[in-house]
Formats: sequence, structure tokens, C-alpha cells
Amino acid sequence: MTIKISVEVFDPFQEIQAYQNARLSNTGAVGATSIFIGTMRDFNEGAAVRGMNLEYYPGMTEKQLDTIVTEAQRQWHFIDSLVIHRVGDILPNEPIVLVAVWSSHRGDAFDASRYIMEALKSKAPFWKKELLVTENERWVANNTNGYTTG
Amino acid sequence: MSIKVRYFASLKESVGRSEDDLTFTSLLTVNEVWNRANLGKSLPGNILAAVNMEYVDFDSIVKDGDEVAFFPPVTGG
Repeated sequence: MTIKISVEVFDPFQEIQAYQNARLSNTGAVGATSIFIGTMRDFNEGAAVRGMNLEYYPGMTEKQLDTIVTEAQRQWHFIDSLVIHRVGDILPNEPIVLVAVWSSHRGDAFDASRYIMEALKSKAPFWKKELLVTENERWVANNTNGYTTG
Repeated sequence: MSIKVRYFASLKESVGRSEDDLTFTSLLTVNEVWNRANLGKSLPGNILAAVNMEYVDFDSIVKDGDEVAFFPPVTGG
């Protein structure tokens, strides 16, 4: 189980490939891999957005992500997981978050990755400040519930 | 006793600083820590609190050396 906070832009596909090669290439137990990648949009709440800054709480953020993954391990059977989250200055189209879960069966991979992602959105201390095309800045007030708003 | 108080994101901007060092002699709750550090400023209703990087209720007791943090709802992912 690996959790990374990245100040630099990252390529989620390269990260997955490297992680699989390093950690999972010798196991024949993986039957399912679920991958979620969140990327930055250039619009939000009716406004054009040209960038954002993502603040976090060093120490607590990692601790909360670790608690979330540990809880997912308690509820589902999976072999490994990789969570990467960007912080700092981010541009549209850049990845913000990667959640990858490897398991023997698809149910565990789907459900554990969904749980990790939803729990991250509501519990991990990150805060987005958007820079609008109009040059105004605004803090994102709250996250939506991914189960009800699509 | 002494504790560190930290503020993040929009709350950091509205209080105008990122942290306080607070000393006190009696036991305090998290809510009382806010009041001591922010005299006369009411705590915004949606603010969350953590002690030593774990979420807590506002009536939790703070101990010597603790780090208390206040911040708005999280918006990562």
C-alpha cells in the first residue's frame, strides 16, 4: 500500500506501470485492477477556471489517507493499492488524484477504490483555491457527494 | 502548558495568520482554544478541528504539547 503527495505534475499511467513492475509483477493473484484518475477541469460552478492551488496539511493529510486505506483493507480483500495526490499549483488537464487497487476479483477492486476516493473527498485535508479566467480567486467551498451527484 | 494552533486555507486568510503559540494554566477544550486565540471572533459554523492530526469534537480536552488545527471543509480529489 503506497500513498504519495506530489508537488510535481505526475503521469498516472507511468506511475501505475512502474508500481506494477516493481510490486506486482511476480504475483499471479491479481485478477482485477481498478483505476480512478481525477483531472482538473477548466470550468467549475459556472465559471471558466485557468488554474488552481491545492493546499494541504503535511502530516495530517498522509495520516488520514493511511486511515482511509486501512479501513478499505478491513472491508474488502485487495492485494495492493496506490494513491497519489497533487498539491501546489495545478493547470487544467493535469491529474489531481490517482487511486489504483489491485485485487483477485473485480468487486473488491471496484468497491475499495470507490470507497477510498469518496472518503478522500470528505476526510483528507486538501483545499482548492481556483484562479478564474477573470483573474479573480475563490476557494472551493465544499465537495459534492459522488454517490448522488454523478 | 503550551500548544500550537494552526489554521488552513480560507480560515488562515480570514484570521490573517497560519499559527499561534498559546500558553495556559488550566485544561481547555478545543472550543476554548479557539476563543483564547481569537478573542471576540466567533468560530464559523462549518469549521472542522483536529488535535495532533486526528479529527476531534470541539469539546475535546487539549493537553500540553498538543497541536490544534482549525480548517474549512476539505475539497481535495
